[in-house]
Amino acid sequence: MVSEGPYTHQASDSAYQFIRAALAAGHEIFRIFFYHDGVNNGTRLTTPPQDDRHIVNRWSELATEHDLDLVLCVAAAQRRGIVDPDEAKRNGKDGDNIAPGFRISGLGQLIEAGIESDRLLVFGD
Amino acid sequence: MSRAKKFMYINRHAPCGTVYAVEGLEVVLIGAAFEQDVCMAFIGDGVFQLQQDQDTADTGMKNFSPAYRALGDYEVNRLYVERESLQERGLTEEDLMPLTWEDEDEDWAEKSSIYIVDQAQLSDLMDEQDIILNF
Repeated sequence: MVSEGPYTHQASDSAYQFIRAALAAGHEIFRIFFYHDGVNNGTRLTTPPQDDRHIVNRWSELATEHDLDLVLCVAAAQRRGIVDPDEAKRNGKDGDNIAPGFRISGLGQLIEAGIESDRLLVFGD
Repeated sequence: MSRAKKFMYINRHAPCGTVYAVEGLEVVLIGAAFEQDVCMAFIGDGVFQLQQDQDTADTGMKNFSPAYRALGDYEVNRLYVERESLQERGLTEEDLMPLTWEDEDEDWAEKSSIYIVDQAQLSDLMDEQDIILNF
């Protein structure tokens, strides 16, 4: 679980580095669940300065490369304005902003990840 | 699935000021549907989450504290509150909401869900868990 926003807090960076190291060591990553301000990891409108890391694109690339399941909590995402095309339509929004490789789903996905995985790690404050 | 896993939700933040407490409680209530072996721990400012008579009217924010009373109905009936954290904040068990559950095996007897434990006991409890989620 990643529970802090990108750029404000190191949690997103730590999670990313940890996951890369875990994959390199041969571990399987069942799911990455984004909660609280962590859902801001999943907006493709993010535009950091060119000399800084692009946290969102980095997730999208890692997801493509390793077929990762990146899930944004729907309730947390709605509060913070992160929407996919379905959510945009359902809530009458004029656009969506979810980044490639991410999907929006419920908190049950977090609990399921805890049940199905050997370990669940929290990257947050 | 062979057996229910032991889940502990640790609450470390005051109910107001940040979103951690209310969004943490949402996870517990949703997670209850998965029929795991669930408990909660309240440490540090997290003990304020259970304080009686919370009133958020002047803050413009919703008072979600009544939702803790629903935990017993969701079979979340072990709430460990750290004694040292209460003492540091000048609180006693009497300052907390009376949270209860009904024991089906004892003719629906009403029992308290709140357990005051010291740091060493809480440490042992954490050791027993399969999954610990921090809020």
